[in-house]
Amino acid sequence: MALSRHPRTRAGSIVALIVLGLASAVHAQKPPTVAAAADLGPALTEIAGQFRRETGQHVELVFGSSGTLARQIRDGAPFEVFLSADEAFVDALAEAGVTRDRGALYAVGRIVLFAPTGSPLDPAGGFDALRRLLDQGRVSRFAIANPEHAPYGRAAEAALRRHGLWPALQPRLVLGENVAQAAQFATAGAAVGGIIAYSQALAPAFADRGRYLLIPADDHPPLRQRMVVLKRAGAVAARFYDYLRLPAARAVLERFGFTLPR
Amino acid sequence: MDWQALRVSLSLGLFTVVLLLPFGLWLGHRLATRRFRARLLVEALVTVPLVLPPTVLGFYLLVMFGARSPLGQAFAAIAGQPLPFSFTGLLVASAIANIPFMVQPMQRAFEAVPTDVRDAAACCGLSPWQRFLRIDVPLAWPGILTALILTFAHTLGEFGVVLMVGGNLPGETRTLSVAIYDRMQAFDDRAAGVMAATLLAVAVATLVTTTWLSDRVVRRRG
Repeated sequence: MALSRHPRTRAGSIVALIVLGLASAVHAQKPPTVAAAADLGPALTEIAGQFRRETGQHVELVFGSSGTLARQIRDGAPFEVFLSADEAFVDALAEAGVTRDRGALYAVGRIVLFAPTGSPLDPAGGFDALRRLLDQGRVSRFAIANPEHAPYGRAAEAALRRHGLWPALQPRLVLGENVAQAAQFATAGAAVGGIIAYSQALAPAFADRGRYLLIPADDHPPLRQRMVVLKRAGAVAARFYDYLRLPAARAVLERFGFTLPR
Repeated sequence: MDWQALRVSLSLGLFTVVLLLPFGLWLGHRLATRRFRARLLVEALVTVPLVLPPTVLGFYLLVMFGARSPLGQAFAAIAGQPLPFSFTGLLVASAIANIPFMVQPMQRAFEAVPTDVRDAAACCGLSPWQRFLRIDVPLAWPGILTALILTFAHTLGEFGVVLMVGGNLPGETRTLSVAIYDRMQAFDDRAAGVMAATLLAVAVATLVTTTWLSDRVVRRRG
């Protein structure tokens, strides 16, 4: 800037530095943050509460699409454990050298065809019901997660392609940033339904919002969900990671419809 | 109601105001009173954040200060943590985004101060600092206050850049506006509703106050 020769500008930048320093000091010392794929919202919240009751230790949870979270980790986000809905993202982070190891498979996810209460779509009829509705021109909108960076969106796309519905349905799609937003879109009323995570359909907050049908596992490549401890992690985060592989945590995952490895 | 998010939002608003206040006073006064060659360019640059999508600002901040860029690594080495995904990073983004809200009302207010009053003060032997403190600030205070309130309120409403640069970290970068988005996805419509109503109330209160203040400026001018 041509104006910065002034001594007052220098005083200004000192003020700025002090304010910035103060600001970061105010926000120091916090429990570790765990980044998790959005399909884990209901299940992991319960596991974290259980972890707190059993160990007295607290973790903060941040949910998003696995792709978005992986990108944020690469850009330096201060997450300590990453639970991806797709193992490819964990592999890429391991290649990049920001993880402690290659992580562990913790669950295999499933998807459901969902229709909100009052929708003309009857999920019990499966993809055939969706096709019939599509032929009748009665599909207003259909919600899935964004396949570009959300694994559950990718699985939804694969299942729709497998049933030959993708080309006809594509112009009617609404894409959630992650599968939790897709679920929100699917229930909001403007859509006849959507493809969301089984774990969401089983969540208590979701009860009475609509009906669903579990989509066969071989309709899409398996949602192999891998988690990993990041290099910056402290003791609490590592302990939470270990906790996720204990029976108490596994039981919760199982209850939310995940298939467990081993 | 996510009290932690409210605290983050309020402190972000407060820090942004404190950070931008001296800058706004200096630049607003300069733009209002001096004629210099780059003036039009500076005035345009001040307005840019107003028309720029927040994602553009977020993109550049992440590319420039991300963990993969040399600049970002240098910053992280000095500050001990990377700039994005921290409260400090949010503050930097918010300060840039709010420059027009701070500078423009102040500039208009300083422009409304009659030049002959300033000249008379100079003739009476008042130094530039004294003129600024005794003439400009007392006459322009409604504009200055408007700038502060607008900046504060606009910071509370910041969403896109916060989500992109902040990464939704509880207690650090999860502001009230991001918490609403978050609660909606968790099907917690009640909490989202309470927070939305809070922000709506703040927005209405802000606009009522600033309208009243600008009314004062206009009456003074007329």
